[in-house]
Amino acid sequence: MPRIYIPQDSSAISVGADAVADRLVEKLEVNPSNKKVELVRNGSRGLFWLEPMIEVETDAGRVAYGPVRADDVDSLIEQGLLEGKQDHPLCLGLTEDIPYLKSQQRLTFRRAGLIDPLSITDYQAHDGFKGLKRAITMSCKACVDEVKDSGLRGRGGAAFPTGIKWQTVLDAGTAGDQKYIACNADEGDSGTFADRLQMEADPFALIEGMVIAGISVGADMGYIYLREEYPHAHAILEQAIAIASSSNFLGQDILGSGKNFYIEVRLGAKAYICGEETSMLESLEGKRGEVRAKPPLPALEGLFGKPTVVNNVLSLSSVPIIFAEGADYYKNFGMGKSRGTMPFQLAGNLKRPGLVELGFGVTLHSLLYDYGGGSATGRPLRAVQVGGPLGTYLPESQWQVEMDYEQLAAIKGVLGHGGLVAFDDTVDMSQQARFSMEFCALESCGKCTPCRIGSVRGVEVIDKICANENRESNLDLLNSLCDTMENASLCAMGGMTPFPVRSALEYFGDDFK
Amino acid sequence: MSNSKNIDAVNAAIDANHHLKGALLPILHQVQKSLGHIPADQVGVIAKALNLSRAEVHGVISFYHSFTTSPHGSNVIEVCRAESCQAMGGREIEATVKNALGVNFEETTECGGFTLEPVYCLGNCACSPAVKINSQIYGRVTSDSVVSLIDDLKQTRGQK
Repeated sequence: MPRIYIPQDSSAISVGADAVADRLVEKLEVNPSNKKVELVRNGSRGLFWLEPMIEVETDAGRVAYGPVRADDVDSLIEQGLLEGKQDHPLCLGLTEDIPYLKSQQRLTFRRAGLIDPLSITDYQAHDGFKGLKRAITMSCKACVDEVKDSGLRGRGGAAFPTGIKWQTVLDAGTAGDQKYIACNADEGDSGTFADRLQMEADPFALIEGMVIAGISVGADMGYIYLREEYPHAHAILEQAIAIASSSNFLGQDILGSGKNFYIEVRLGAKAYICGEETSMLESLEGKRGEVRAKPPLPALEGLFGKPTVVNNVLSLSSVPIIFAEGADYYKNFGMGKSRGTMPFQLAGNLKRPGLVELGFGVTLHSLLYDYGGGSATGRPLRAVQVGGPLGTYLPESQWQVEMDYEQLAAIKGVLGHGGLVAFDDTVDMSQQARFSMEFCALESCGKCTPCRIGSVRGVEVIDKICANENRESNLDLLNSLCDTMENASLCAMGGMTPFPVRSALEYFGDDFK
Repeated sequence: MSNSKNIDAVNAAIDANHHLKGALLPILHQVQKSLGHIPADQVGVIAKALNLSRAEVHGVISFYHSFTTSPHGSNVIEVCRAESCQAMGGREIEATVKNALGVNFEETTECGGFTLEPVYCLGNCACSPAVKINSQIYGRVTSDSVVSLIDDLKQTRGQK
């Protein structure tokens, strides 16, 4: 029976995937001879400019068609869609041969789009739970060492070594103390969608990663703090948790190991700051998402005052492959102190936006042009914001940078959660700088003054500079304000908002006249 | 909306969630979902159930953008204002929608048909610009396509 794949990914749905699926089902029901088709709603492959992308299983591999609109379905079927014929103009050939995908190094996302996200059989057929099965035979110390040896660093943005964090939680308290795993799925950075794609395309990988984390540090309870803006991911996660529990990969006495681990999903309520780890913990406790002062570290006194591993979705979802293939396998990707792969997210004004997972070290230029294909509008690219709303705007002169944590830091950039937002030459960078301050003012938790008030003053000063009001002295004032925010804010929200502002001024100063 | 409906919804939310650790957000989510807002006169009830002060509950409601104390319009239109959408003409979409509805962000049309909200990223950045209309996200929108979606909703309302 031929299998046809149509993504149920929220981005694919936002551009019509459900309508395509509906039309296909309708067509097949009309003609009973076509009925022997299995329709699978997979996750996206991450080739978003081709969504909705249909795939058909053939002996040679999966054949892709896209971007497909509902009214293309009739002609696709007429031209042999169900047999995987490649004559239709929308045919893209074999999915695995699409250069954008073929040249990637998919480790964390190796199953994305390949499997039915809620088929635990599919998951296991593609190495799922292989890592967990190995982890339950190892000691806690050996598990933590495996993560340390892999070189994995926090993919949420802070890039802290994951193994060291786990070690701190493992060593905290005395045996039998309550500990927690808190997964940060509050992916609020514009230009990022990898957490969402992961949860929608391969939710069992996140679950497996959390169970391994729990076993490694002695925690039996995990929370996924998911942003409310991701309702599809929410529905899929809840179903995946139920399936994993009924198959004994989650819950009591997992796979006969004597270890227990439970997961609950908690929804955020539209507050960007709750992506900051201590603010997220406050929110999970049912409070205002106000940032906590550190120390104490969450690893020692985290959720409900207990030792807590706080890891991002991508960090936890990278854990299964580290255990399945070994730390060395993972470590061999990447460069310098940035080991493994990074799921880069290409967004904004690009011809081919999507997810590109590669070892650290690819140049920004290559991501923008070899993958991104240049601007979507056909105009020259002018600025790229790397690392989310708190990331630096980089001009063309910096696009040869090799994408790893240290190389970006050397040019005052940050990799953050791996998002790139490209702008063409119509962008007014003074307005982008103003927006950075405005966003900080809107989303500040309000606990510390530099962030709460500095951001409001920042908007005003930028407006004065653009209006040529006491230009020189207001530029000095803006610089001094940025110094205060960078040095005296409690967390990265106020501390890094100056990054996009200062880079806009440094590289695109003419826009402020 | 009758007061007894509010009381029932709040009690149901408390009963379903009060056993959870950190139960306040789950309770508020359920009330917001079932009533479309969190009635001010129910804040004390929620506070009492969780052994919190009314000020604490009010503080949480006012902190998060998702929780509102007054009902919104029958349709909620959210326009993404974040960078990726800006790079693809998001500011123009913003202006178009404001013009089509005759309201600013965080306002409801006089007829009560539409509330316009800003949103900072729908995670749809590879299909920018994006808007969300009620529960449906639309990607790669243009000014024309958004206006036609709004017109469809206006027509549906008119027929009712």
